[in-house]
Amino acid sequence: MLNFMENIPEIPLAPYVSKFTSWISDTFAFLFDPLKNEFGDGLEDFADMLAAVPPVIIILIVALIAFFISGKRIGLASFSLVGLLLVWNQGLWEELMLSFTLVLVASLLSIVIGVPIGILMSKSKAAESIITPILDFMQTMPAFVYLIPAVAFFSIGMVPGIFASLIFATPPTVRFTNLGIRQVSKELVEASEAFGSTGAQKLFKVELPMAKPTIMAGINQTVMLSLSMVVIASMIGAPGLGREVLSALQRADVGTGFVAGLGIVILAIIIDRFTQSFTGKKRV
Amino acid sequence: MSIIKVEGLSKVFGKNTKQALKMLEEGKTKEEILKLTNSTVGVNRTSFSVEAGEIFVIMGLSGSGKSTLVRLLNRLIDPTEGKVYIDGENLAAMNKKDLRRVRRTKMSMVFQNFALFPYLTVLDNAAYGLEIQGIDKVERNEKAKKSLEMVGLGGYLEQLPAQLSGGMQQRVGLARALANDPEVMLMDEAFSALDPLIRKEMQDELLDLQETMKKTIIFITHDLDEALRIGDKIALMKDGSIVQVGTPEEILVNPANDYVKKFVQDVDRSKVLTAFNIMKRPETINIDKHGPRVALERMKEEGISSIYVTDSKRNLKGYVTADDASLALKADLKSLVTILKTDAPTVTKETLMNAIFEISHNSTVPITVVEDGKLLGIIVRGAVISALAGQSEVNRNHA
Repeated sequence: MLNFMENIPEIPLAPYVSKFTSWISDTFAFLFDPLKNEFGDGLEDFADMLAAVPPVIIILIVALIAFFISGKRIGLASFSLVGLLLVWNQGLWEELMLSFTLVLVASLLSIVIGVPIGILMSKSKAAESIITPILDFMQTMPAFVYLIPAVAFFSIGMVPGIFASLIFATPPTVRFTNLGIRQVSKELVEASEAFGSTGAQKLFKVELPMAKPTIMAGINQTVMLSLSMVVIASMIGAPGLGREVLSALQRADVGTGFVAGLGIVILAIIIDRFTQSFTGKKRV
Repeated sequence: MSIIKVEGLSKVFGKNTKQALKMLEEGKTKEEILKLTNSTVGVNRTSFSVEAGEIFVIMGLSGSGKSTLVRLLNRLIDPTEGKVYIDGENLAAMNKKDLRRVRRTKMSMVFQNFALFPYLTVLDNAAYGLEIQGIDKVERNEKAKKSLEMVGLGGYLEQLPAQLSGGMQQRVGLARALANDPEVMLMDEAFSALDPLIRKEMQDELLDLQETMKKTIIFITHDLDEALRIGDKIALMKDGSIVQVGTPEEILVNPANDYVKKFVQDVDRSKVLTAFNIMKRPETINIDKHGPRVALERMKEEGISSIYVTDSKRNLKGYVTADDASLALKADLKSLVTILKTDAPTVTKETLMNAIFEISHNSTVPITVVEDGKLLGIIVRGAVISALAGQSEVNRNHA
């Protein structure tokens, strides 16, 4: 009696998903192909352009910005300086630029997509109750799983990496935008309405400025998740530091793996501190 | 002319609003309706009108529906039923565009916790209402600056709200509300978050401003003393209904029911009752007709030790004491002129009780209430004390 499952045939869930994925891949090929080609070329051009700039110039600029955003203290600036010089010294500069390009583009897209969805969620209860479980799904599904449809849609390279990263890294921006707007004090919203604001005026003059610190915290998380995804995406051919780690793993080469990993850490810390400094710590 | 007219305005929160409204008509209470329909009655069929230029205070305890009511007036909350006329336009039936126009030009609001935008300077905060209307920067800054100067913050234009004290922040709130020169100002517990001294200062300042501005102000408060102090009219709310509307004095002197009576019994009556409310008709003698003998007899009859003296037109001349009158009688004087004393304490009929209390404490004779030289009445010390205790019947002012 306890074995009643034996009598129920297995639901062919996996084949369904596979079929569905290839259907999407075939049906929207007209969309995916140009994305894969044009967009992919654009990304590579951008990375090449960055790599063409003498590293020392980029390093100095980053260190200078670090100096100013950290309130004219030298901690972050000297870390950036030494860290980036080390990456250069290890011959990983080009990889660093590729990884940075991936993170930058993936994060920007996440923000462009995530913030409006978050706004929509904050304005509509229905939207919130539909989108929340989708976000839960996106965040709890193991990140590797996204690599499979990414390959199906965009084959290998940078574009599928960015696609997987989008799915994995957008949720925090959506969630925090929603949260940030919902947290705006009721009185402030009332004040804005009582003076005759339109919906857009209320959003741009009150809700978004008030929610900005929370939204920025979400964006910071999104950027960090993109970075981790960019490394994972090396499994589907995304270039950059991740690929070095992966190849070291395959050759059991501890040293090379560690150095490439260190490069990722350095990039992560710099990006994290840079985005955090926009989180709205206003000096009064 | 009434600028705001509210007719049968109700708000029910919840899903079964129609059913709840029907039950209200049937006379069911808020609790019964909540139990049966799971809907909360916020405001229950209120009707009132507000005259242009008056301070209309809506007062009640928390949960009485006063904050909901004020939000129905500018439709921050949509009414379930009823009409709100502002300058003859029914706000409750307006489309969004017209509603925005009314909010922008005719009414503004001041909030309990100031509701200033923390990322904007004081000047930009005050200019918010104008910015929303698309008025260009130079003009709106000028207007905002003017209204900030009116509330005494001309020197703080570039500060952020967080740098100001609570009282100053609320002045910014006030300036913001004044900047678009509305006809009606809604003030929702505007001074309740301030400490008592600052609150009193702000009340005074509002009254001063009102002297020159003559706005129509709807002021929400839970503090009866505040209501009595600033209100030209007070509407007392309970369970979403208005229990009584009247001048502060009418509410105090003539409470509509036991609830209002209970509500006002703790009030500091000395700040509300005036000389007129507690004076009584004086015993007087006429200086042109009467001499010491009549004066003495009158005092004996009434059991008093002094008596006020007027002329035939009731102009107050002074008073005589029993001792002086009997000495004059022995000396066979016919006139009261020589023994007339003129140092009687005098107040007007508008003098507040707390001032009278001080005077009566230092005086041996009753206080006279005088208008244009004529004696209206006198106040004996006992009347002051029993009125302060809330025990005596007091005169109702229908003047």
